[in-house]
Amino acid sequence: MLRIACPHCGDRDYVEFLYGGDAENAMPELSDTDIDRWTEFVFFRNDPKGEHAEYWQHQHGCRQWLRVVRHTVTHQVISVQPASEVDTPAQGKRVEVA
Amino acid sequence: MTHYSAFSLFKEALRGNKGWSRAWQDAEPKPAYDVVIIGGGGHGLATAYYLAKEHGITNVAVIEKGYIGGGNTGRNTTIVRSNYMIDGNTNFYEHSMKLWEDLSRDLNFNVMFSQRGQINLAHSPAQMDSHARRGNIMRMNGIEAHLMSREEVMKRVPILDYSENARFPIHGGLLQERAGTARHDAVAWGYARGASARGIDIIQGCEVTGYLWDHGRIVGVETTRGPIRAKKVAMAVAGHTSHMAKMAGLRLPIETHVLQAFVTEAIKPVIDCVVSFGAVHFYISQSDKGGLVLGGDLDGHNSYGQRGDMPIVEENMAAAKALVPLVSRLQLVRHWAGVMDMSMDGSPFICKAPIEGLYINGGWCYGGFKATPASGWCYAHTIAKDEPHALNARFRLDRFHRGQQIDEKGMGPTPWAH
Ligand SMILES: Cc1cc2nc3c(=O)[nH]c(=O)nc-3n(C[C@H](O)[C@H](O)[C@H](O)COP(=O)(O)OP(=O)(O)OC[C@H]3O[C@@H](n4cnc5c(N)ncnc54)[C@H](O)[C@@H]3O)c2cc1C
Repeated sequence: MLRIACPHCGDRDYVEFLYGGDAENAMPELSDTDIDRWTEFVFFRNDPKGEHAEYWQHQHGCRQWLRVVRHTVTHQVISVQPASEVDTPAQGKRVEVA
Repeated sequence: MTHYSAFSLFKEALRGNKGWSRAWQDAEPKPAYDVVIIGGGGHGLATAYYLAKEHGITNVAVIEKGYIGGGNTGRNTTIVRSNYMIDGNTNFYEHSMKLWEDLSRDLNFNVMFSQRGQINLAHSPAQMDSHARRGNIMRMNGIEAHLMSREEVMKRVPILDYSENARFPIHGGLLQERAGTARHDAVAWGYARGASARGIDIIQGCEVTGYLWDHGRIVGVETTRGPIRAKKVAMAVAGHTSHMAKMAGLRLPIETHVLQAFVTEAIKPVIDCVVSFGAVHFYISQSDKGGLVLGGDLDGHNSYGQRGDMPIVEENMAAAKALVPLVSRLQLVRHWAGVMDMSMDGSPFICKAPIEGLYINGGWCYGGFKATPASGWCYAHTIAKDEPHALNARFRLDRFHRGQQIDEKGMGPTPWAH
């Protein structure tokens, strides 16, 4: 069973979480009218075979969104952080996680 | 290559089956080909076969990292149907159905295509309406469909739960009588045999690790058995489409997910068609050996690991029990998984890549087995003529930029929820 160590609630089975997909897909500014950038954001993915940064919401726990780095072949969870501490989408900036 | 016939079977039976020759040749890689196909699944092998048969192109290699048919071709639940209703899909899948209907004869290899019928159940009056709509669209496209009443379903499939207690009462269903199942391995072997007999090299145990480039053009592949040059490189790697594309510097509208399937112990015949639950994503059929073949949802998070997790096992079994109560008495004997190239609208790609020399076939999601003949047929056309056939003209990579998605289910770009 895939388990995710929620920073607020501890180690939990993944069924407690809602998957939110790719966390590296940065949303364009809302004022951006470039159709290609929006198409890329909505439809295109890096989809790596290897480490993947992704969102999970601890739906049946603290209800917080987490940014998890997980290996897509071994499913090993490499890091878990509260998404609010990692992402600053309003400024369009992202902090890289090791 | 021996031609298979009633006579050759009879002759070999008398000679103790000692005279059969190999069905196809395991080839060594040559330094160069006209076309290199990456991936020896059904789609890659069918492409090779139709390149030779329809276009006379035989200086071709199919390069497979494992053994042929060891990917999704050998892992799927073999449902073949053409009950699609969106432009782009309808005619393509119906073309596939027509190729299936003649495939065993065409390949001289029994692919055990069994048109046993497939029923999509309806569990509410609204769902009956939507099935009626789908059935009408199919019929307007010349594809037969039959809207079944509850009584008709009860007669055809007596083992479903029709009791007062049924969690999702059965109101009726949409039947495609020509739909059915086929023998997955035989499809890979039959196409491999047909391609090999026409001089195409099938190379197993050879992984493509990169591309050979010349001035921004792809001119071959790097492999674990050395470089192989090719005028045209065509990928048909299903669950590794994003990965192979990335090696060429492309980012695709695809996410890779894992899908599981299950087989119970063998029992006497209880269900002679394919039934899809209309309330939960779940379907059931019975193999010729007697095992019930079950499948349903994706695990739901990006994965290239060809194995599934337990919660989906539980979910599938709960669905099975809700629809077919007798399964609670059966043991599950096997369970496995394959990786799916989930495209962002649920429809595939058969097109030239935006790089000279490279061709893409992928995005099959969990429905590519039924497409195998038409996919190979259209892909061969696209590779040979450098332009799509009318049947695959919409399966292009830039349809998202043009707002021409082919979203059969209207689900939007969240493939893990499809
Ligand atoms: C559990 C499950 C149930 C399914 N049920 C159905 C169903 O009922 N009906 C239906 O229509 N479809 C179904 N599908 C989907 C269907 O199986 C696939 O869409 C289809 O088989 C894809 O065809 P393919 O030939 O391209 O894939 P594959 O058979 O996966 O072939 C791709 C090949 O490429 C090879 N490869 C990958 N990378 C490389 C590399 N770098 N170098 C060399 N070779 C490489 C792989 O080893 C593999 O053999 C199901 C799939 C699964 C997993």
